[in-house]
Amino acid sequence: MSSEDDLTRLSATELAERLAAGDTTSVQATQAHLDRIADVDGNVHAFLHVDVDGALEQADAVDRRRADGELLHPLAGVPIAVKDLLATKGMPTTCGSRMLEGWIPPYDATVVERLRAAGLPILGKTNMDEFAMGSSTEHSAYGPTRNPWDLGRIPGGSGGGSAAAVAAYEAPLAIGTDTGGSIRQPGAVTGTVGVKPTYGGVSRYGLVALASSLDQAGPVTRTVRDAALLHDLIGGHDPRDSTSIDAPVPPVLDALDGDLTGLRVGVVTELGGEGYQPGVRARFEESLELLTKAGAEIVEVSCPSFTKALAAYYLILPSEASSNLARFDAMRFGLRVGPEGVDAPSAEQVMAATRAAGFGSEVKRRIILGTYALSSGYYDAYYGSAQKVRTLISREFDAAFGRTDVLVSPTTPTTAFEFGAKLDDPLAMYLNDVATIPANLAGVPGLSLPIGLADEDGLPSGLQVLAPAMADDRLYRVGSVLERLLEEQWGGPLLGRAPELASSTGVGR
Amino acid sequence: MSVSDDPALSRDDVAYLAGLARIDLTDAELDHLAPQLGVILDSVAVVGEVADADIPPMSHAVPTSNVFRADEVRPGLTHEEALSGAPQEEQQRFSVPRILTEEA
Repeated sequence: MSSEDDLTRLSATELAERLAAGDTTSVQATQAHLDRIADVDGNVHAFLHVDVDGALEQADAVDRRRADGELLHPLAGVPIAVKDLLATKGMPTTCGSRMLEGWIPPYDATVVERLRAAGLPILGKTNMDEFAMGSSTEHSAYGPTRNPWDLGRIPGGSGGGSAAAVAAYEAPLAIGTDTGGSIRQPGAVTGTVGVKPTYGGVSRYGLVALASSLDQAGPVTRTVRDAALLHDLIGGHDPRDSTSIDAPVPPVLDALDGDLTGLRVGVVTELGGEGYQPGVRARFEESLELLTKAGAEIVEVSCPSFTKALAAYYLILPSEASSNLARFDAMRFGLRVGPEGVDAPSAEQVMAATRAAGFGSEVKRRIILGTYALSSGYYDAYYGSAQKVRTLISREFDAAFGRTDVLVSPTTPTTAFEFGAKLDDPLAMYLNDVATIPANLAGVPGLSLPIGLADEDGLPSGLQVLAPAMADDRLYRVGSVLERLLEEQWGGPLLGRAPELASSTGVGR
Repeated sequence: MSVSDDPALSRDDVAYLAGLARIDLTDAELDHLAPQLGVILDSVAVVGEVADADIPPMSHAVPTSNVFRADEVRPGLTHEEALSGAPQEEQQRFSVPRILTEEA
């Protein structure tokens, strides 16, 4: 079912062109994706909630607006999937947790508000590791998402649902969030594109906070151009987020298909080499050759403190998370359960029993770690030192960007691993984000795009481009050229090589 | 996975921290978590190398201060909306378990 007429196989850009030309309608495109979800999501499990009626209503509304001759956003009518971390009015928002099972927010996140205003029908909410803590979706309370390339393997995390939905042609676009790599790492292991904008570039209003100084929402797509269109739509200042940058969105659309002549591309010594799978390294080296042929100059740069980034992150993130997740106190929303065998329990007892029942193992692990790191007597040694490491990392980025225009590395050290491989070894799981974390700590933007299949397992690997804060356009300049050169070699998109998914019709949802 | 001989966190430490974090942990969870947290703490201890260095701490990627917006009245949530997720409500208010102990 890969004919030209299958609307689910088009990029968002192609679909938008057909909609603008009147060759198809948003209702038809939305229905095609809902059909695809009904067909394959029993196997992939990218969605926690599918809003059939709501999506079709929104599609119908945008078709009417178009018929009335209204000037619409280029992506108007293109359906989208939204990570279950963003508040959606009238639609469940669970963050992959029992704590928020069935919770329906009374308001929309700013990102969601912008999607609705632009007329993008929301197909549903995508699966994720509970409260975005994880790299595999295995920590979702509602069961893992499976990688469309190999249903026995992880789709990355925490935003594995968004990446898998796009990779499985269940949605042309999705929204993800990236605190330490949760957009870029799933992109790399599913052969899709993912962008973490500059911190403050996209509003955090209505995102359920994991680590407030690191969280950032961004595009999850199949092409670099689609990501730029979505980035341009969701980005920009929001007075409801005090950390939102009051400046125009960087010129991400103008940057597409630019010229790389003379562009200085830095390869970070510390984000590669030992611990990186040979097939991932081989594809990365080939991409560097392509960039060189396109006129870029490759420079080796060393950022020695990056070796401490993972350690700093696993102190800063749990510290912020332990504080942020204190809001789940069983009082105003979410789960409330009483302790067993206690008559008239106190609020404190109900709180502790609820948090025991509502949080999964990884969330408990990180809350306790954060509680420890912030506790008196340990604060300076752990949290305080981690904040100093963060300063060093930020300074090393500044120094590196003094000599280069962008930095590149493999997005992840390995391709997708099998379910269960790292589930009970937190440290091994944390290492998946070793290359993506420095960008979050410094607040700089990053993009991951597919660069080929690793020889040893035939699974996708990704390349990460990093740019200085508010120079997000450079990600697209490099990404769009590299994507074009690679697709010329492959004779089409990498996802074209993914196995066809079997229909799961008959499998209950 | 190697477990440190002298764990940074004992089982009792973890039980104490869980109390501070308001999470009831079962015995099995305590047995499982304590050694895991020890391994994680061992690996993040590397940040201690800069503990004594004269480096300003960084709490935020984009330094901002005094972010204000116009003081304008805007519609907020209605009572119904604000209470829509409440586990229990009474007279348009959140109803919560007792907050004082009986004997106090």
